[in-house]
Amino acid sequence: MICLGIEGTAHSIGVGIIQERKGTCQVLSNKIKTYQPEKGGIHPREAANHHAAKIAGLIHESVRVTTIDFSDIDLISFSQGPGLGPCLRTAATAARALALTIEKPLIGVNHCVAHLEIGRGTVRECTDPVLLYVSGANTQVIAFAEKKYRVFGETLDIGIGNCLDKFGRALGLEFPCGPKIEQLAAKGSQYLPLPYSIKGMDIAFSGLLTASENYVKKGKNLEDVCFSMQETTFAMLTEVTERAMAHTEKQEVLLGGGVASNKRLREMVQTMALNRGAKFFVPTRDLCIDNGAMIAWLGLLMYQSGCRMSIDNSLINQRFRTDMVEVTWRD
Amino acid sequence: MTKKILYRGAEAEILLSTYMGRTVVEKRRVQKAYRIKEIDRQLIASRTREEAKLMAESRRIGVSVPLIYDVDLFNGIITMEYLAGDRVKDILNILGKQKRKRICQKIGESIARLHNHDIIHGDITTSNMILFYDRLYFIDFGLGCKTIEIETKAVDLHVLMEAFESTHSQYSSCFNNVLDGYKKNYRGDPVRVLHTIDDIIRRGRYR
Ligand SMILES: Nc1ncnc2c1ncn2[C@@H]1O[C@H](COP(=O)(O)OP(=O)(O)O)[C@@H](O)[C@H]1O
Ligand SMILES: [Mg+2]
Repeated sequence: MICLGIEGTAHSIGVGIIQERKGTCQVLSNKIKTYQPEKGGIHPREAANHHAAKIAGLIHESVRVTTIDFSDIDLISFSQGPGLGPCLRTAATAARALALTIEKPLIGVNHCVAHLEIGRGTVRECTDPVLLYVSGANTQVIAFAEKKYRVFGETLDIGIGNCLDKFGRALGLEFPCGPKIEQLAAKGSQYLPLPYSIKGMDIAFSGLLTASENYVKKGKNLEDVCFSMQETTFAMLTEVTERAMAHTEKQEVLLGGGVASNKRLREMVQTMALNRGAKFFVPTRDLCIDNGAMIAWLGLLMYQSGCRMSIDNSLINQRFRTDMVEVTWRD
Repeated sequence: MTKKILYRGAEAEILLSTYMGRTVVEKRRVQKAYRIKEIDRQLIASRTREEAKLMAESRRIGVSVPLIYDVDLFNGIITMEYLAGDRVKDILNILGKQKRKRICQKIGESIARLHNHDIIHGDITTSNMILFYDRLYFIDFGLGCKTIEIETKAVDLHVLMEAFESTHSQYSSCFNNVLDGYKKNYRGDPVRVLHTIDDIIRRGRYR
């Protein structure tokens, strides 16, 4: 079975085509275009306009680079939520139009669950992980428990990516700021104390963000501030992930989201896993960031396990919670 | 006596040991290789100190906690009374309906008592409660603090709500029973705390 998935929850729009073979996911193509705001953060409507302008070309390109034809596609899926309303609507509209045109079924999927399922589908030995999902807006620890994907921990204020970007913008770095901060941090060595904020399995970043900005204002070495910021935020993330693993008694950890590219974060989570005797997994970068292939894969899993969705029921849901998903494809 | 490991958690090991002829539990916070020494040392010492302080204070205000025998900040060890009971997590789902309801109310009453004295437990889950001789004990105050903030009290309860959703999801009335007990005992305005929980639920999931 072959599925084409459209992802449009935030600042990027993606189209991916995947094929199921013996329960694993083969990515045939995975194209992503990212909206770069001129200045400041994401403006949802401008991002949606960007997506609307790119989507038709992306769909054609994603088919063209494979050996398949539109008639080979069996299913269309799209990111139903959570995310920014205008962006979600653009992706959903494109998906509906495509499904009607090629006369194939349509299915909407949960974006966060897709980040986890693409790991299970494409990474060997990854079967029942705790997912540390770290992107711009989202920071969550998700795992399967009692028949559903549940959020065990999450940020109580801003996402880790937004935290890094806000800090970077204050320094005048180019968006996205994460990679630049990573480079600076690698050269830092002196740790400057920052608030370490964990409540149960939830975390908060805003106090630490303010304190970091204050260090910069006071003229502290930039590399040291970046180093301290990464060490503190990533230690918090690794700690809540470990707590969720202990709580759910799971032996695997999976990284997902754009910040999963950060080498220091990978190293920390991997060290934690190793010391617990657990396995550590990261999908390839194009499957970590927001992408159409993961949407396609989850759509296919849902469809094959009997889920059906009519066009009338394909409305987007900006606040689509992870634990609202009826998990029919695994037990 | 060789120390037997009772439990290996995310941040600490619980060892069964003896102290002046008594059977005791040693809670040892372990060093984490993933974080730098500066953060590791500071966290271990401050959490050990904070935990011992909050346990002592909870006992004073009438919330049951294990008796503390010794605190070693440098090595991150608290030596305390061994409670040979059952974790609430392990027994809640198998209890009869009435007993379950009573325990949940008792949980709420105890949390209210802590909050009346501005004690935030910081990690209220059913793994951190032990039923021993029919008495409800709280353990694991390592993420706790003291504050008058309504927000923090609401977050404290929200942690428990999430624990109930994930671990005791078939008993959706449990958390309501907790809130009933809380409302009964909380001396501030419980409705404000409950409203703040609603805010957190709304905020936490997708802005
Ligand atoms: N005083 C005690 N008596 C009996 N068992 C205990 C005691 N303290 C801890 N335990 C057991 O060890 C487990 C972990 O202890 P806890 O203090 O909660 O550490 P952690 O921070 O790792 O969760 C508890 O869930 C409980 O089963
Ligand atoms: Mg505990």
